[in-house]
Order: sequence, then C-alpha cells, then structure tokens
Amino acid sequence: MNYSQFEIWVIIALMAIGTFAIRFSFLGLIGSKRMPPLIERMLRFTPVAVLPGMVAPLVLWPTDAADGVTLLHLAAASAAVGTAYMTRKVIWGMLAGLSVFFVPVLFDLL
Amino acid sequence: MTRSLEKSAFWTGVVDVLPFIVMVVPFATLFGVVAIEAGLSLAQTLSFSIMVIAGASQFAALQLMLDNAAIVFILAAALAVNLRMAMYSAALAPHLGRAPLLQRAVIGYLNFDQSYVLAVAKYEDQPDMPLPSRVAYFLGVSLTIAPLWCLFTYIGAEIGAWIPADLEVSFVLPLAFLSTVAPMLKSPAHIAAAGVSIILALALAGLPSGSGLLIAALCAMVTGVVVETLLERRA
Repeated sequence: MNYSQFEIWVIIALMAIGTFAIRFSFLGLIGSKRMPPLIERMLRFTPVAVLPGMVAPLVLWPTDAADGVTLLHLAAASAAVGTAYMTRKVIWGMLAGLSVFFVPVLFDLL
Repeated sequence: MTRSLEKSAFWTGVVDVLPFIVMVVPFATLFGVVAIEAGLSLAQTLSFSIMVIAGASQFAALQLMLDNAAIVFILAAALAVNLRMAMYSAALAPHLGRAPLLQRAVIGYLNFDQSYVLAVAKYEDQPDMPLPSRVAYFLGVSLTIAPLWCLFTYIGAEIGAWIPADLEVSFVLPLAFLSTVAPMLKSPAHIAAAGVSIILALALAGLPSGSGLLIAALCAMVTGVVVETLLERRA
C-alpha cells in the first residue's frame, strides 16, 4: 500500500460522507418520492455487477502469492462459491473457503 | 402506554436481529484482521467501521488500496458497492418519511442490509404500526448490530497484530466477496450480470487499477436489466 496517512484519512472520510449520502438520500426528501423504475432495477444488480469483477483477478492472479496461483487458491475459491451458493448462507461459504485455504497451512505450522 | 409500546417494538427488533449476529461477528473480525495486515493503523481501521459501517464496501476499498489504485477509483468502486442502499432508502421512505429530520438522519446512518431487510418486512407485515414504534423497531435492530460491528473490528485488529506475516491473509478478501455474492445469484439475469462483470474485468485488467472494474460493473448492470426484461417478456 502506497498512500500517505493524510490520503488514507481522506479516503475514509469521503467514503463515510458518500455512504451516508446514499443511505439518507430518499429518507431525506420530503414526502415519499419513488425512484424511476429503470434506475431501481439497475441498482438491484450493483452487488452482482461489482463484486465478481473485483474478485476474478484476485483469484486468478493473487498479488501476495509467492508462487502465483496455486491449486489451493482455486480450491478455496470454489469451496466458498459452491458452499455459499448451495446453502444460500454467506457464513457457510466463508467457513468452507477459509478451512480449505488455511487448514493445510496450520498443519504445516504444527 | 405509548412509551411501553415503543419499548416493546425496540426489543422485538433486538430479538429479530439476533440470528444475523452470527454473520456480522466473523465479518467484522475479518475486516479488523485484514485492515491491520494491509497496513492501516488501529485508529484508521476503527474509523472505517464506525464511520462507514458497510462491510462489502470497506473490504472493496481495502482491496483497491492494496492494488494502489487512484483515490478516485477507490471511492467510485467502493461507493458503487453501496449504491443498493439508495434503493433501501427509497423503500424505507414511505414508512419512515414522516419522522423528524434528526431521527431520519440517524436512520440513514444506520440503514444497512440487515436493518433494511427486517424493517421493511416488519412494516409490510404490520401496516398499522404507529410511526414511533416503527422508528423504535428500526433502532432495536440497528443499534444491536452496529456496536458489534465496531467491537469485533477492534478485536480483529488486535488479533491481526499477532498473525504470522507469512500467512496469506489477503486471500481472505476474495473468499469473503465470493461467499457474499454466491447466494445473490438468484436468477439467470443475476448470473448473466456476474458473468459479464468477470469477463470484462479480466479483459480490462490492463487499464489503470479500478477503472476497468467500473466499466465492467456498468455493463454488467445493464446486462442484468436487459436479461431480466427479456425473460419477463417471454413469460
């Protein structure tokens, strides 16, 4: 990470202001205005539109990995997606992914 | 009489949100761990959780900071993750829009996934709930979650300082994102949007960090709407 302390604080502050503005937006308006239906539709897709694109390069070429992508990265990622998709619960996907990724490391340490 | 009504609405909110704690605690802890490992100070890590209180966007900002993306792109991508909350705000407005401004501002600050989901379900289930009780219910839900989010970020940050450096902790981020997204793939339209997002993000990876992602996300949103509309027409 290559930011000055000041820059990090600016990022945090602007994210706080921006997030509050988004959350308050319609609550702040007088009366109960509706959002244009097309915009509302698009907004429903934001998480599935942003997060997968963010993740794909992280799984396929992880920055931290000494020897690039290993089978372990792919296995952990698949375990997380598969389990979360089947159970529809974020927490099980997380636990599955973490176990696949870190249990072998922990065995190595012991 | 009304006081006790509000009190009971508050406590109903507290009880309703308990199952969600199982999910908030590990994620807050992870954020603390990963933020410290990434090089943020304890004060910065805590400020993130206290001032932003939006898990996915906090993780997103952290990831882009690890990639040394330009600040504009960090903010754009992280706030894009939060855009869905404008929809929450619009959904809450008919139920809470008549509350005093200060109360609405507090509700805005505490308007996140769990409080929105539970509150809207409750208000639709009990349409004749008086306004002060609605506000009390919302606060019962959110004032249970928010302090835990901050407390466990702190605990995570303390744990993070003890984790050996050769453990590849940053890979926890993609795992968290994948687990968050997978249950959202509810329809062919969602799957199509996710597919477009992945393909374009990889194809545009050469652009300045963060900018390719924004283009990919915008195209993915349009794809989602188009596929959904086509499927509805056919049905």
